[in-house]
Amino acid sequence: MSDVNTAMVQKYRNDFLKEVEENVEEGHWVKMCMQCGVCSGSCPFGPDWAHPPQEIFMMIRAGKRDEVLTTESMWMCTSCYNCIVRCPRELPITHIMHGLANYAHRLGIAPKMNPTRRFSIIFWNNITKTGRVNELALSLKLYFMDGFMSGIKNAMAMASVGIGMLKTKRLNPFALINHKGVKNPKQLHVLLKKAREIEDRRKGIAS
Amino acid sequence: MTDVVATNETILVVGGGISGLTAALETAECGKDVVLVEKNPSVGGRVAQLYKYFPKLCRPSCGQEINLRRLKANKRIRLLTMAEVTNVEGAAGNYDVSITIHPRYVNENCTSCGACAEAVAVEIDDPFNYNMKKIKAAYLPYNMAYPQRYVIDPSIIGSEDANKAKAACKYDAIDLDMQEQTIEIKVGAVIWATGWRPYDAAKIQPYGYDRYPNVITSVEFERMMDPFGPTGGKLLRPSDGKEAKNIAFIQCAGSRDRNHLTHCSRICCMASLKQSTYIGEQYGDDAEAKATIYYIDIRAIDRFEDFYKKVQADEKVQFVKSKVANITENRDTGEVVLHGVDTEGYHRYDNTHDLCVLAIGMEPSVRADQIADNVAADAAGFIQMNGAGGTIFGAGCATNALDVNRAVQSATAAALRAIQVVNRVSSAEA
Repeated sequence: MSDVNTAMVQKYRNDFLKEVEENVEEGHWVKMCMQCGVCSGSCPFGPDWAHPPQEIFMMIRAGKRDEVLTTESMWMCTSCYNCIVRCPRELPITHIMHGLANYAHRLGIAPKMNPTRRFSIIFWNNITKTGRVNELALSLKLYFMDGFMSGIKNAMAMASVGIGMLKTKRLNPFALINHKGVKNPKQLHVLLKKAREIEDRRKGIAS
Repeated sequence: MTDVVATNETILVVGGGISGLTAALETAECGKDVVLVEKNPSVGGRVAQLYKYFPKLCRPSCGQEINLRRLKANKRIRLLTMAEVTNVEGAAGNYDVSITIHPRYVNENCTSCGACAEAVAVEIDDPFNYNMKKIKAAYLPYNMAYPQRYVIDPSIIGSEDANKAKAACKYDAIDLDMQEQTIEIKVGAVIWATGWRPYDAAKIQPYGYDRYPNVITSVEFERMMDPFGPTGGKLLRPSDGKEAKNIAFIQCAGSRDRNHLTHCSRICCMASLKQSTYIGEQYGDDAEAKATIYYIDIRAIDRFEDFYKKVQADEKVQFVKSKVANITENRDTGEVVLHGVDTEGYHRYDNTHDLCVLAIGMEPSVRADQIADNVAADAAGFIQMNGAGGTIFGAGCATNALDVNRAVQSATAAALRAIQVVNRVSSAEA
């Protein structure tokens, strides 16, 4: 367990709802849930969740900290926003799901091999490096996420799409070495570092 | 009919439903002069459209008969039907009111013999049956309608059918030259009892009321049980007319929802509990007949708890604690499929039913802020009672989502407030 995680367990003891309210994006909405179940029923990925959103909200209130923060459930969210549209109390459920996933990740207890988490890390590192997404590098990194052999397989499966994009000039193979980022990526890194500092200070996380 | 003599000691009651009737009768029985204005061709309102009352499961027609006797016996009430209040101005003890009276094309000679309806060929949607049935364009609003007088629908005026109706009438009761007219009267106090209307179910997009014929509202379901209703008292599916035996009820359809009505409509839980008993009444011990009530929480308050317990004990009625997420239709069978996750165990379900009844929410027929300047509306548009005496007094469902019992209480309270105002006026003038 990470130090941040230990510190948060110490700080909030048995009050997981309070911990969520103070540290998770839009977490203060959790207590507004009236357990009607429309979100869970509306989720297109619903059948694949170990715990649908409605259950996660109840688990938060029941103080099931480890179960919530280590589950893969909220990583399933595809941001379709069906739940937000239908929620009779207008809870920003999609945002809360992402907030929970992000918080679990910050604490270092999110499921390590969860593909959404791994993609998010790859994407974040890719975009923050130069300030613009290097799409070719991102795709290749994604193909080879699970090792060399599966990478080759993935690339072969997508070959016809890649050739088509190449022909219509939607893909520039030289972008791999000659990617055009923002004018001053160093300044961007300073900016992001500062933003992280501010967020950590607000949440009481010692970085 | 329109020679209404009113003074500033007269009380105007707007709306002839259960609340308006009650308020008018109670003020008149206290010796006050009353002008009762009703938009429809008959008094009775939505209560007259009910098959049974909860929790006693008795017939509303019984109470209506008593109220009509009181109304007929009371000379102090001047009833204006097909009339709408278009403007209210003034203050306590001194209101100027404009009333627009729409032509009925039938005068007081009418004996309700029905000869005009037989002569007319054109059919129109029957508003009394929420447009689920067609009636002739010359019609009696419903069997117990008061006044017992036919109405010629304005859509046939000027057509051959209208002339046929006139020719068929032996009593010279049909006057096709009647015109809309507006009258101005003075009154001392106003009781506003315009009641409620069902929330527009088509706005609840995931439930497909506008797409699936077998998704209906609770008010429509109520009409099906009436022997004179659109299905002759049988629970039939609108899609194919087959008997509906496996019936779902969805609670909070439009209520307690920030996308629709934020308030709890209060009556819908009891209405569905009541309607679930219709299935036993209709099918007896038929094992196929069952009701499933999908709910967030059942709000059966006070003495209604006993009724809830009784329905819970009924083997034909099943409760699922879940707000249904969406409804789809089986195109081959016309059955509706309800999708969701239940809160007791988080089990996913896709349940098939013959018919789905939306326990539809209540909204005010007229928003309070459209009545007059000094009438305060709450967030839902109901009349908010303020302490300043002598303004316009709300009664019944114009003030809140109420059941019949509470609407009548509210109407009696409004009657007392209005009497106090006109008493002050008369003592000041004495």
